[in-house]
Amino acid sequence: MKVPIQKLTDLGLGVFNWVDDRLHVKKIWESTAGHHVPQSAGSWFYVFGSATLLCFMLQLVTGIMLALVYVPSADEAYATLEYLTYHQQLGWFLRAMHYWGSDFMVGIMLLHMTQVYLFGAYKYPREITWLSGLALLVCTLGLAFTGQVMRFDEDAYWGLGIGASIMGRVPFIGQQLVDFMLGGQIIASETLSRFFALHVFVLPGAVIALVSLHLRMVLTKGINEYPVPGMLVRRETYDKEYAAILKKEGVPFFPKAIDKDIITSAFVIGGIVACAFFFGPKGPGGPADPLQINANPRPDFWFLWIFSIAALMPAEIETFALLVGPAVVGLILVALPFLNGTGEKSWRRRPVAVIVTLLVWISLGILTYLGTTSPWSPVMNAWSAEVTPDAQILHRTPLQLQGAITLQYKQCRNCHAIEGLGGERGPSLSDVGMRLTKPQLVRQVVQGGGNMPAYGQNLSPSEVEALVAYMITLRAEGVPPARDVTLSRNTKN
Amino acid sequence: MNQESDQAPITDAPCACSPSTPCEDPKKKTRREFMLALGLGLNAIAGAAVGIPLLGYVFSSFLKPHELDWVILGSVEKFPEGKTRLGNYKNPFHRSWDGSTADIPCWVRRIKGNEFQVFAINCAHLGCPVRWFEESKLFMCPCHGGAYYEDGERAAGPPPRGLYTYEFKIDNGNLMILAGALPTLAQPNA
Repeated sequence: MKVPIQKLTDLGLGVFNWVDDRLHVKKIWESTAGHHVPQSAGSWFYVFGSATLLCFMLQLVTGIMLALVYVPSADEAYATLEYLTYHQQLGWFLRAMHYWGSDFMVGIMLLHMTQVYLFGAYKYPREITWLSGLALLVCTLGLAFTGQVMRFDEDAYWGLGIGASIMGRVPFIGQQLVDFMLGGQIIASETLSRFFALHVFVLPGAVIALVSLHLRMVLTKGINEYPVPGMLVRRETYDKEYAAILKKEGVPFFPKAIDKDIITSAFVIGGIVACAFFFGPKGPGGPADPLQINANPRPDFWFLWIFSIAALMPAEIETFALLVGPAVVGLILVALPFLNGTGEKSWRRRPVAVIVTLLVWISLGILTYLGTTSPWSPVMNAWSAEVTPDAQILHRTPLQLQGAITLQYKQCRNCHAIEGLGGERGPSLSDVGMRLTKPQLVRQVVQGGGNMPAYGQNLSPSEVEALVAYMITLRAEGVPPARDVTLSRNTKN
Repeated sequence: MNQESDQAPITDAPCACSPSTPCEDPKKKTRREFMLALGLGLNAIAGAAVGIPLLGYVFSSFLKPHELDWVILGSVEKFPEGKTRLGNYKNPFHRSWDGSTADIPCWVRRIKGNEFQVFAINCAHLGCPVRWFEESKLFMCPCHGGAYYEDGERAAGPPPRGLYTYEFKIDNGNLMILAGALPTLAQPNA
């Protein structure tokens, strides 16, 4: 049979032309995907924006999949989550992709922001691109926070309590804000419904709108050219210079500058799928049952640094820092393209920008690391779970051994380690006999101080006597006990 | 409609007006302006009719007075003198779909006789659940290392104050507390 190729081609072309006549597909495609970009922008440094968007699209798809099963009710959410994880075919994988997709999205977005900052892309005339990017950052972090509430396990429950406690510190309208956030006076079903609405309707909608604006700005004001050291941005001349660059070395984004974005996309998707497959989804942890008070609430990875700050900040400035700090940081970021909108773009000639970037990343890294180890938290079961090493018991007198028992029984080791076993809230006791004299030890135990509770009420004088007698023996071999230099050598201390 | 106007090109430019055929009747113009103003005004009213209830719905917490209610923690006999025990109660305002979040724990310290202290489970720092350690007579928080003495006073760590307490009363041999809200620093009397 003869295939009427010509006829079929004509028919296809006819259909396309009909659609194009109605929808102007060709024109839209040319002015968007085909818009001209400087050839220098087809760089490996310019792939993070599209990769973030890709993560978001993956989140939309996997999120809709999860919504097919998930029930946003305080009574049912946890059960549906367990069903998703253990019973629904491939439910664990979808959950894992959504979880890892969110981690990747926040991470890549931060890389994108760093690149934009270091390459001066926020400068004239791309202020609105920067501002819409900031709004996207806020929405994405909002999605990550509300997302961990969807898990509705103990971390979610107490995480909401932490959020509410921060709200409660706002002067005058604190109570109203707490009730507004919780959808009531207490963490319950209306809280989950509220966060569900934010997570699946409000925030994704806002992201779609903001991405549209963000991309619209990329089309109207162009993508930032790869900065050349010494080429300064001036409001009067930049637009002409950019037009000249486009004229000289402009190429259509598709297909001439999209190659690296596409390769990155494949790796990002591959990374998410691999993490999902090998590491699986997070949790759910214990159920959101307030009666399970043996919870150790920890936030998700990207919020660990906030968790650390909350532990390490001096109590006196905490409320001020929690409420004013984010506002100040936000204000600086918003003002940046207006205060620093011209001049040098290249990071090679912006040492302050490089130092600021490094400081921020190093601080976030250290705080995140501390958040994973949380040395400030007492180890709640150290007193019943950790052994006392032999070397710390052998050759002790009965009184000293009684002290060792007191030290164990009175939960000292929840905060103080011996030979690395126990809490890190307070200093290690392995060598305390070298650091403190007997009177100092008695004072510290009875009166507390320096962030240690006073035990005067809870220890009998004989218990204190035994405890201190034991602690003096905790020192390296052959080292004499600490002594007060103001006393003469022969005085016993 | 006459033929002339059908053939004339439609443009925004002012047409050649003559006294006999004015292209825009001043009366018509005021009428159009009036209609536009009327349309905007009507929509403002319609917008308010939708918007005010919507805002009232979402921000109801700003209008509703804060309320608490008495709940029973159990017979006084359940709590031995000189001890601190975990109590729990149903949130007086719970919904049928609250699940396990309707049950709220609290620490009950019976000093002696009818002398009680009932502490909220939430740390005054950031709301994590504090645990009681009978042997060292301390409440410890698992989140940021806050610690409190037996009487709820702050002992160490970042909490800016002692534990939150519930108002209590003894009724018919039952220990009752005034409950129903998550305690935060916004309630200085808690």
